[in-house]
Parts: sequence; C-alpha cells; structure tokens
Amino acid sequence: MIDQSYNYIADHINQLQPSGIRRFFDLASKMENVISLGVGEPDFVTPWNVIEASYHSLEQGYTAYTANAGLLELRQELSRFLEKQYHVAYRPEDQLLITVGASQAIDLAFRAILNPGDEVLVIEPSFVSYVPAIKLAGGEPVIVEATEQHAFKVQPEDIERAITGKTKAILICSPNNPTGAALNKEELAAIGQIAQRHDLIVVSDEIYADLLYDEPFTSFAAIPNMQERTILISGFSKAFAMTGWRLGYAAAPKAIIEAMTKIHQYTIMCAPTMAQYGALEALRNGQDSVIEMKTSYRQRRNYVVRTLQDIGFPCHLPGGAFYVFPSIKGTGLTSEQFAERLLDEQKVAVVPGHVFGKSGEGYVRCSYATSMQQLTEAMKRIRRFMEQFN
Amino acid sequence: MEQKEIELLQILEKNGRLSTETIAKMMELTAEEVELMMKKLEEECTILGYSTLVNWAKVLKDERVTAMIEVKVTPTRGAGFDHVAERIYRFPEVKALYLMSGAYDLSITIEGQTMMEISRFVSDKLSTLDSVVSTVTHFVLKKYKHDGIVFDKRDDQDKRMMVTP
Repeated sequence: MIDQSYNYIADHINQLQPSGIRRFFDLASKMENVISLGVGEPDFVTPWNVIEASYHSLEQGYTAYTANAGLLELRQELSRFLEKQYHVAYRPEDQLLITVGASQAIDLAFRAILNPGDEVLVIEPSFVSYVPAIKLAGGEPVIVEATEQHAFKVQPEDIERAITGKTKAILICSPNNPTGAALNKEELAAIGQIAQRHDLIVVSDEIYADLLYDEPFTSFAAIPNMQERTILISGFSKAFAMTGWRLGYAAAPKAIIEAMTKIHQYTIMCAPTMAQYGALEALRNGQDSVIEMKTSYRQRRNYVVRTLQDIGFPCHLPGGAFYVFPSIKGTGLTSEQFAERLLDEQKVAVVPGHVFGKSGEGYVRCSYATSMQQLTEAMKRIRRFMEQFN
Repeated sequence: MEQKEIELLQILEKNGRLSTETIAKMMELTAEEVELMMKKLEEECTILGYSTLVNWAKVLKDERVTAMIEVKVTPTRGAGFDHVAERIYRFPEVKALYLMSGAYDLSITIEGQTMMEISRFVSDKLSTLDSVVSTVTHFVLKKYKHDGIVFDKRDDQDKRMMVTP
C-alpha cells in the first residue's frame, strides 16, 4: 500500500533522488568483518587540544548563541589564517561567515545568488550534494565532465562550451571528492579568465585545501582579480579531523556574505558555540597535527595507488584529498556491480563511481583514510577478487 | 640527514612490522632502496632494534612488576656520570636509564618478577655501589600509555559510519 503521506510532500522534493551512497551504506552495514574504503572522512580523531578547548568553553559556561556570523574572535583568527596559509585577505567583520559545515555554506551560497532558472556549471564526478543544493535553491545544474583522459581535471574549453546566457556561476572543488584531482595555479587561472569573460561567480569548495600532497595549494581567490567574484567555501572537517563538529565557513565579497548571513540568521541563527571554540584552538595551535596527518595520508595514497596499479587497475595519482578513483572498466562490470560483488565476495566496501555523477561510471572511489593494517588487508582482498577476471 | 631517511624512521617508529615492499610503496621508492637505507641506518646505530610493545598485564601468568628508581650519585672524576651509569645499565633487569636534571641524577626503570626481586636489586646491587648516595623506589601500579600507545583499546575502535559521502 502506498503511504498516503507522500502526498503531503512538495513535488520538487518528491522528485529529488536520495543519494546512491545511502543504498550502499545499508548493504555494507548489514555485513560483518567488512573493511570499508567507503568512508569520506578522516580516520583520525580530532586533535586533543581542540577537544580540550571545547570542553573548557563548556566548563566556563559559554553555552549561549554567538553572533550570527560566528564568534568575532574566530573570524579574526580565520582571517589571519587565510592570509597566512593562502595569501587571501578577508575582513573578519563583513567578509567571513561561520557555518554549520561547508555543506551549509554551499547551500547558503546558492540560495543567495541564484534566481529561478539560473544555471550553475558543476564539474563531475563531484560530491553528491552539489546538484541537489543547486536544485533546492531553484537553479539548474549543468554538468561539465572531467575525464580520466585528463587525470580528471576539467578542461577550460569544456567549461566554455557549457556556458549559456543563463549561466550564473561555476562550482569547482579542488582537490576533488571523489577523484582526488587537484588543479594547479595555471589551470585555475584559465577558469578565472572564463569567469571574467562571462561575468560568472565562482563557488570554490576548498575543503581539502590542506590535504594537497605534491605542491603548495592555490586558493581560487588568490588568482589575480578573482576574489571579487569568488565565494570561497571551506571548513574544519577534513584538515583538522572535525567532521562531526559540523563547522565550516564562507569567505566572499561583502554583499554576498551579507546575503548569506541574512538566510543564515533566519534559518540557523549561528553555528554551535562549543564547536566554534574548538575551531579557534584548531586555527591557533592545530597546524602540527595537520602536518602529521597529511604526511600519513600521503604515504597511504602512494601505497594504495601503487598497489592498485600492480593489481592491474588504471589509476592516476591524485594530487590531494584522501580518495583514489581507479577505473574498473577492464572487469566488464558496471561500477555498481563491481562494488556489490567486491563487498559480497571479499567484504571490502568501495563506493561505485556513478553516485558521483554519470561520468563516474566505470570507476570506484576508494578512501585511504583508514589504517595501514586495514589497507594492506583490503588490497589483499581486492587482489584476490580480481583473479577471476584475469 | 636526508629527508627520506627521516621519513623512513618515522614510519618504522610507528610500525616496525610493515613489509619492505609496503614501505617502499608508501615512500615512492623501490624495495631495494628501502633495504639499503635500513641497512645503513642500522649500521650507524640510528636504528637500534625492532621491538614489540606488549601489555603484560593481559598475560595472566605474568605478574612482573615495574618500578622507577630515583638515584642520587656522586659523579666520578674524569668520567662524570657515565661510569656509574654503565655500572647500572649493565644489569639486564634495568630496562631504561636516564640522566636527569633536577632533584636527583639518574632515573632507572626496572622490571622484575616480584617486588622482592626489585627490593633485592636496590639493597644488594644498587645501594652498594660506591657512588650511589641515595635511592627512592616507586612501583608502577598501572600502565595507561607507553611510547605513545594507549593501552585501552577502546581508543582504537573506528567510530565512523561504514560509508559516507
């Protein structure tokens, strides 16, 4: 019997597809002894000094709301951090907004800038929330594919080709989830020129900025003349291993931050106070932990990529984040079949690439944010699984 | 020291059981290069050994006791503290020995099968050394953390969900 209460749901929400990742989660969590390479978050626990600072704030009774935009002290520290790390200058008073995770910042950004029918270019394969966030804000996502042929780096001419009179913004995420691809300064500058030529806003999701392994990170806002049209989005989740704290931020020109803050004040009020105090400590004294975690991720990336290549998967070396995105086309299976059978036969969970967009078909996302012990066992099992295809 | 050597030492210090092949992949080197590097570090005594951290409290039959002994000594002319230190660390039951700043000079970590055994060490072997002026013995009641490793394994549980975006 169809549940009548579905009739109560708004049409555009009924039409929104639940994330394909959910189904996989249900499958994997019913099984035992599974090694999961499907987790999109650090395997580290938040550094102790951050946890302790948050404790302390609670003990001191800092349990009330903060300013809508977040603690001024935190925004000041963040402003210094952005200047020092990425050489971008943002005023703490009116160009920064503390949000509930980078996810909320993405939602706010699109709600603030999109008129109904405005188009946003989304580079796929991409994080699962982008397309729904744009749709929920009344916009039209337009997909631009980044292919393996170019190491999953989007090509400027493909962006150019997708632009219409209705295009309002480009959304980029570098280093990327799920491919790990990272754009260098020149590649970002090429996108910048297009944005300037067509007067587009660039929403730059830089949540993996601190997890770039082979070269220094360039923020899109640091590209000459780009800051005025950039909404820089990031957060504390990945670099500081703080996913559960739900704390992110947006940095943008004053008018955009004002607009985002307007929505934020009516819908959220402010980000959790205790998490903001933890983040303050992370910015002040967290860099050593970040460097240590980054070293460990880099080593694990190298291990996983080289082992997957040994096993026979075509797999590029991702520049950042903690994902590798090997091609499984040689098996003749779809990515969904591959992931299901790998889970079923060898109890290793990976995420089928198609959940990150159509262009992710033929690939799977493996997260290496898990212990070396688990990784070596997972690689053994994947090798065993692949024997049947040789 | 070369950056790669430091990286190798850091990897091994965390986990001495990784295979050479695995370490080679982690460091973007060949297995031969890693082996050569390890050999060099062993020869120059930068790497002194590969050991396993055991929580002996889990081994029911084993009731060994650990004590830390603070020792005040008179340094000897010419050799300073080194001479008396050597006299002490030669005993196999001495697991660690440090020269300290502050109220005493030497800190000994000692392991024995019983408290009696440790008290005999202090009264018969340690206190009788000419340069030893005084000793204070502290017995360890419980080990929480050793060499950076927390003994309570609840810490190791992966608290994340199985699959997340």
